[in-house]
Amino acid sequence: MSEFSIDGRPVPFTEGQTVAAALVAAGRVAWRTTRVGHRPRGVFCGIGVCFDCLVTIDGAGGQRACVVPARPGMNVTTGETMTTAATATTAATATTATTEEGDDD
Amino acid sequence: MTEQSDLIVVGAGPAGLAATAAALAGGLRVALVDSGTVVGGQYWRHPPEHARAAIPTEDLHHGLREYRALADALPAARAAGRLDLRTAHHVWSAVREDDGFAVHAADRREAPAETAVVLRAPRLLVATGAYDRQLPFPGWDLPGVLTIGGLQALLKGGGVTAGSRVALGGTGPFLLPVAAGLAARGAEVVAVCEAANPLAWLRHPGPLLRNPGKWGEGAGYAVALARHRVRVRPRTAIVRAEGDERVTAVRIASLAADGSPRPGTERRIEVDAVGIGWGFAPQLDLLVALGCDLTASDDGNAVVAVDDGQRTTVPGLYAAGEVCGVGGAPLAVAEGRLAAESVLADAGTAPVPGDPAARAKRLAAVRATVARQRAFARAMALAHPLPEAWSEWLTDETVVCRCEEVTAGAVRAACADGGAPDHRQVKQLTRAGMGWCQGRMCGPTVHCLAGRGRPYTPAERLVATPVTLGALADLDRRNSPARTE
Ligand SMILES: Cc1cc2nc3c(=O)[nH]c(=O)nc-3n(C[C@H](O)[C@@H](O)[C@H](O)COP(=O)(O)OP(=O)(O)OC[C@H]3O[C@@H](n4cnc5c(N)ncnc54)[C@H](O)[C@@H]3O)c2cc1C
Ligand code: FES
Repeated sequence: MSEFSIDGRPVPFTEGQTVAAALVAAGRVAWRTTRVGHRPRGVFCGIGVCFDCLVTIDGAGGQRACVVPARPGMNVTTGETMTTAATATTAATATTATTEEGDDD
Repeated sequence: MTEQSDLIVVGAGPAGLAATAAALAGGLRVALVDSGTVVGGQYWRHPPEHARAAIPTEDLHHGLREYRALADALPAARAAGRLDLRTAHHVWSAVREDDGFAVHAADRREAPAETAVVLRAPRLLVATGAYDRQLPFPGWDLPGVLTIGGLQALLKGGGVTAGSRVALGGTGPFLLPVAAGLAARGAEVVAVCEAANPLAWLRHPGPLLRNPGKWGEGAGYAVALARHRVRVRPRTAIVRAEGDERVTAVRIASLAADGSPRPGTERRIEVDAVGIGWGFAPQLDLLVALGCDLTASDDGNAVVAVDDGQRTTVPGLYAAGEVCGVGGAPLAVAEGRLAAESVLADAGTAPVPGDPAARAKRLAAVRATVARQRAFARAMALAHPLPEAWSEWLTDETVVCRCEEVTAGAVRAACADGGAPDHRQVKQLTRAGMGWCQGRMCGPTVHCLAGRGRPYTPAERLVATPVTLGALADLDRRNSPARTE
């Protein structure tokens, strides 16, 4: 088994597992805290669409633990992952346009 | 290195794989792009090649012979320079250009590092599949509550069970393989709560009778579940998850005909994981942004409108699989084949190899399969509707938008005082749908809470997956029309 670390603590994994799969296999289903309610969150959709599983990996924030393959020596950190990554999503959500207007009654 | 492709296929699930194999067989050069590290999509999700001995998942699969036939066609085509296979490439945008399409992807083979890539081709096939549709309920945001697809993905992709005592709930035949898979890996499946009435199938028996393949699979699950003493409870739902730092129990209740919990029937069951799925919602981001017409499907989703050859309303753009309506892997495969045949016919570049009469016969058979499987999908949608009164199990405190932590109370208030008629207006007022997932999880729900009866059409998302500004800047600097390697 190989290992990566989460917040400094080792997590064993089988090559081929994602970061989330390794954490769940190690008995952890939560690794993030929400901004408003400070609620614990971890993996939910498991396929990269819900963004519940966000972590910082080797300094890169906003990574989905359920899609990134675990690699030996990876340094995963939790906590405030939302602001560390400058991503285009922020821009996109701010300007999200609507094309398909349902014709209202 | 990439030569110019004739066709870009986004999505290497059953639909995209079948389309790619058929297009290659017809002599086209194809670029196949998928965000996953291996091909197979959701249905044929596998661990990476090098990990298959350490993480055995073969016994969890169906139709592996077909998967192997499709996947095995890829290496030779790659070696011949006719297939540009791009796994671990997340497509974040696809746009029309004068002579075709430009597909923008983030190459994440070295994740978390990423590089921007642009692929171009005269024709594009989008086969991005679907994700689990969710209805919120009190406690659904507790750790340990997952989508059933998420449980399945952990199992098929990583060999991991998310709990040792698991309750499943929602509606649809997909509950069964997930229950069987978990049980096969030693988890105790303490409840499978199916909201629908199994007798609903009897109202439309024709499609079931005409798809005997489905019985075999269904009977297989029935045997597996009986062996593990797993009981499916019809007309039952998980109405609450309890726990503090993670889920420790669920409350289940019998449902009345309208789907509301029947008073006095609630039971508490201790669990350490929960899986929920209310059918699937198609992944339409790329297609909506490309301007395709959408249409309503029987399960309440908007899906992309295609003709009888899987052509969308945008010239040169094709769609196959669950983006055209949720119907299972065999339908996705058949639609993929049909789409490839249309691409071959429309491209009309070189004569397609093989005997034309045999080809026409094959095509007729594929069309017949599509028609039969679509009829089955329709019957499935009618037999497994969302319970009409599902919102009765919400409390005002129930989180509806997981990203922005907007509650059902806030959404209801916006609809009442602001008169917000749909999910877009609710979003303006409450921020529901404004977070990282861009409304993928809560969009349909907020839509139901705001304006019932009309089909849900997703808002346009400018990027289908977030991409770092660094990778974009890098692309801009290089300013090369197509990155080749
Ligand atoms: C999580 C999950 C698990 C499932 N498991 C099963 C199962 O075990 N058994 C079963 O009968 N049905 C299962 N299904 C149902 C499933 O939808 C199948 O019916 C079938 O996989 C559909 O085939 P498809 O080719 O249409 O799409 P999919 O199989 O979903 O394939 C779509 C592909 O597109 C890729 N993709 C999507 N967006 C992008 C993008 N922007 N950039 C790059 N690539 C992209 C995805 O990575 C995926 O590989 C599951 C569904 C989900 C959501
Ligand atoms: S669990 Fe949904 S994105 Fe990772």
